[in-house]
Amino acid sequence: MTLLEVRDLHVDFKTRDGLVKAVNGVNYSVEAGETLAVLGESGSGKSVTAQAIMGILDMPPGRIPQGEILFHGNDMLAMSKEERRKIRGAKIAMIFQDALSSLNPVLTVGYQLAEMFRVHQGLRRKEAKAKAVELMERVKIPAAKARVNDYPHQFSGGMRQRIMIAMALALEPDLIIADEPTTALDVTVQAQVMELLADLQREYNMGLILITHDLGVVADVADKIAVMYAGRIVETAPVKELYRTPAHPYTKGLLDSIPRLDRKGQELYAIKGLPPNMATVPGGCAFHPRCPAARDVCRTELPPLAEVGDGRGSACHFWKETIDDRAA
Amino acid sequence: MGRYVARRLLQMIPVFIGSTLLIFCMMYALPGDPVAALYGEKKPDPAQILAIKHQLGLDLPLWHQYWNYLTGLFQGDFGTQIATQRPVADVIAQAFPVTIRLTLFAFVFTVVVGVLLGLVSGLFADKAFDRIVLVFTLLLISVPSFVLGYLFQYLFAFQLDWLTPTVQDSRDPGQLLLPAIVLAALSLAYVTRLTRTSVAENLRADYIRTAVAKGLPRRRVVGVHLLRNSLIPVVTFLGTDIGALMAGAVVTEGIFNVHGVGNTIFEALNRREGSTVVGIATLIVIVYLVASLLVDLLYAVLDPRIRYD
Repeated sequence: MTLLEVRDLHVDFKTRDGLVKAVNGVNYSVEAGETLAVLGESGSGKSVTAQAIMGILDMPPGRIPQGEILFHGNDMLAMSKEERRKIRGAKIAMIFQDALSSLNPVLTVGYQLAEMFRVHQGLRRKEAKAKAVELMERVKIPAAKARVNDYPHQFSGGMRQRIMIAMALALEPDLIIADEPTTALDVTVQAQVMELLADLQREYNMGLILITHDLGVVADVADKIAVMYAGRIVETAPVKELYRTPAHPYTKGLLDSIPRLDRKGQELYAIKGLPPNMATVPGGCAFHPRCPAARDVCRTELPPLAEVGDGRGSACHFWKETIDDRAA
Repeated sequence: MGRYVARRLLQMIPVFIGSTLLIFCMMYALPGDPVAALYGEKKPDPAQILAIKHQLGLDLPLWHQYWNYLTGLFQGDFGTQIATQRPVADVIAQAFPVTIRLTLFAFVFTVVVGVLLGLVSGLFADKAFDRIVLVFTLLLISVPSFVLGYLFQYLFAFQLDWLTPTVQDSRDPGQLLLPAIVLAALSLAYVTRLTRTSVAENLRADYIRTAVAKGLPRRRVVGVHLLRNSLIPVVTFLGTDIGALMAGAVVTEGIFNVHGVGNTIFEALNRREGSTVVGIATLIVIVYLVASLLVDLLYAVLDPRIRYD
């Protein structure tokens, strides 16, 4: 059975400017041991989708008018609050971007790690603390025993993110959602943290949803990719195919904007324009004002996510031309 | 930590000297004099006044009077009241515990009710309860305590007959309840507003989102993660508030006839009893300093990012 399957998920936010549709019919799935990378600019709905899966959306102003989130085949949106709480942290865990602000500044890391065991498994304070030390050792924090009573601000950025990872791993969940886990870190530390995460995923055979806008990270660890734009998935494909032959002009633009050594000295490619304001998404294909290949039909008709190959989909009227263009 | 406390305690010495000197000068500058006040409506004999003044050392220059006062103080002599011939130390020993009791009562009331109201309205920001509490606190802030005092007296003592209008026995908590509530009103309003803002703000913090994502029950998210962070600014306010409460006691004690420091200092001011006023005012300053030191230490306990060394 599929570990997690998101079906036709919609998320709205009530704001002063009216109803903002942040997520419009997203479908994706993750199997055990698989890594799905969700790619997109800020505001594309990638984090909101993740928060909906975790059940940590602010509702209100948020609302899920439509859709299903199946975890081991059960729709989590139909569960009671208490049922969902028991899944959170224990079965599905989340790693956030900024570990400094995401950890409680006034509690020791040991306390915050031990809390997982105390709340979900009813362990006593002492046993839970011992488990916290074990966890810290597992994510390779040096002198874990001595540092268990330190506070988050006493750790370096990389060590803090390790603690976030340890917290997510605590109860050996089936699925981990990592929301830009390395964005706030130095490049050298980024690689270490990503590697650690990938190792642990393999060890526990967990599903991983990696939310990022870093194409370099994706290429290394992901099995498949979903590219989001303006609250929809515009392309989904196994990682190698997507890099080789993108089937959507947006994906193509993203790949072309990676700096490359063989084009040193040339002007860096950038997708023109800005991502749309989610309160006023353009009609037709939301990407058309920025698309170099846009035609009349793109302004009026929303392209569906069409199957364009084995396990591949693209929401572009001209996906065929886009693929051929790259292949040529 | 120990060094920090020692430094703070040493800092109290100049503050102590400065505040006594300042209040001493102010008393000296006030028109009227304590010896003339002895005669009331009668016409005093100038020669007699001079004699009494000389006897009390009040004819000496200001710096000399202050010196005498200070040296007396270091020998444990707070001076003697001119009119009653009672040692000021006795007067203080009698009045201070009453005011301390009243202030503590008001303080506990402020903390318990203020934090509770603030927490609930912060958790339900912009809902009906929050709006009602906002109006209520604005009322408390804008109505002066003497108005509130007489209003409560009228309502709860005379109309409803629940409580005694004035305090006969300051050791009876039931009698102190009304003045304590009136005294606490203003601070209570501030603490409520402060807690409310802090809670509403921290509720949106990333670490609260993490706590929810960990699958913690709501009461744990609020009780452990939210409350402790939200109370940090409130504690800072409460530290300075103890002093404000003691100052506020002057008015409240007058309304409810509580024989505490407020009443004593008011009478002493009327009779220009310098040593009494200076003695009491200095004690209040010291209480204020000690309270803020305790709060600063508590602050470090609440927020581990703060370290004193």
